[in-house]
Amino acid sequence: MTFLQVTLFLWEGFKLSLLIFAVTLLCGAPLGLPIAFCSMSKFKPLKYLSKVFVWVVRGIPLMLQIFIFYYAPGLVFNIPISRNINLFFLQNFGIENMGMIIPVLVAFTVNYACYFSEIYRGGIESITYGQYEAGYVLGLTKSQVFRHIVLKQVIKRIVPPMSNEIITLIKDTALANCIMLPEIIMKAGELASREMLVWPLFYTGAFYLVFVGLLTIILGRVEKKLDYFKA
Amino acid sequence: MANLYINNIYKKFGKTEVLKGISFTLNEGEVVSIIGSSGSGKTTLLRCINFLETPDYGTISIDDNVLFNGENHSKLTDAQIRENRLHFGLVFQSFNLFPQYSVLQNVTLAPKLLKKGTNEEIEQKAKQLIEQVGLTDKMNSYPCQLSGGQQQRVAIARALAMNPDILCFDEPTSALDPELTGEVLKVIKDLKESGRTMIVVTHEMEFAKNVSDKIIFMADGVIEEIGTPKDIFENPVSEKTKHFLQNSLERI
Ligand SMILES: Nc1ncnc2c1ncn2[C@@H]1O[C@H](COP(=O)(O)OP(=O)(O)OP(=O)(O)O)[C@@H](O)[C@H]1O
Ligand SMILES: [Mg+2]
Repeated sequence: MTFLQVTLFLWEGFKLSLLIFAVTLLCGAPLGLPIAFCSMSKFKPLKYLSKVFVWVVRGIPLMLQIFIFYYAPGLVFNIPISRNINLFFLQNFGIENMGMIIPVLVAFTVNYACYFSEIYRGGIESITYGQYEAGYVLGLTKSQVFRHIVLKQVIKRIVPPMSNEIITLIKDTALANCIMLPEIIMKAGELASREMLVWPLFYTGAFYLVFVGLLTIILGRVEKKLDYFKA
Repeated sequence: MANLYINNIYKKFGKTEVLKGISFTLNEGEVVSIIGSSGSGKTTLLRCINFLETPDYGTISIDDNVLFNGENHSKLTDAQIRENRLHFGLVFQSFNLFPQYSVLQNVTLAPKLLKKGTNEEIEQKAKQLIEQVGLTDKMNSYPCQLSGGQQQRVAIARALAMNPDILCFDEPTSALDPELTGEVLKVIKDLKESGRTMIVVTHEMEFAKNVSDKIIFMADGVIEEIGTPKDIFENPVSEKTKHFLQNSLERI
């Protein structure tokens, strides 16, 4: 196999990694917000429920959670996971017969939403109450104070920890191979056993590195954009 | 007209009674300074007046308009509380400027959100207020680029932008380096001359003596003594007042 052929072969796998990355970020980041608000709720049962949920999700290895979402439908509800589920968005992505990506996406989204929620909570709680009160005495509503005064300060504070999580996320996508989802490392393994080629396994690192490099530049720009004020 | 009537305010936190029946009147155009030792309840009183705390008992009125009546125990709605807060402005010890906004934006934010006029009107008024506190050249600076004294002057302009009937200050110079207190006190003095009604909690005795029409000395949650600066500083009646003034003189 030529270098180009290997690259294209691995790229097929990396597309899956990117899909997991994108879906987790697009669904997990917003989902983290209600979880964060529940964890800060004054209504005690909701607060503790949310805290226990976050504890469980963060306390169990992500790989185990993938297994749970992969096997639970069959074991508990007797719904077999079918490789032949062809969702429209998967087809648009050029991926077919890959129903087992669903439990992976669910596990990643739930897992990362919990991590994000803790970052949001830390960010929101780190804003001094004086900022809220300064808004209230001017006659602003609670939601105006949150949206126009607190939010941007929170965003500034959560950008660095969010950047960390986002960079970890792309590398975590490799865990999907525990249920034989052919992400990039799985694909490289295939080459090793079928073609006796070991170097592609190490070559996969370059894909991650390039992508993480891009992320670093983008996230650095966001951070820089918020550099004009101190909070 | 905007005369403030504070009547028999009580407030406790848990079991500690912090305010135990505070009553006083503030007429339009007057400045009252509140002095008293740490923990006597001065901040709590200002916070009650600005509806950041709800008193347990008593009334707060402006002229015939009863803003709060602890007796009928009907809880104020959020909208009523916001309405009430508009009568007052509060300048905090720690400024609490909004760090992500420029000086001008800090001053215009609330009037714009609450639609107190067209954007041009609001900006024009804000620029005039910023000039009044002597910061025209800092209009587009951010709070982190200003000294403490400058930040506090912006906070004063910000409070004035909502055009409150009564402006309250909670130790406006306590967080400042000594050489910066003068510029803030001067702004407050100018406001007094332009006829602003103000309540100033302060440890600056000389300042209190010079700008106030009335001095309130608080001790342990009650008004121990109230009178003109001359009464309080030259002929204090209460032993506690004498003791407090003696101590604050010694400190200097
Ligand atoms: N939110 C609160 N919860 C419990 N206790 C409080 C609260 N706020 C104030 N207190 C207590 O009320 C008392 C009066 O506090 P306050 O801040 O009004 O005093 P102060 O006169 O402003 O003092 P200082 O000169 O130090 O600013 C103090 O004993 C304080 O511990
Ligand atoms: Mg105080």
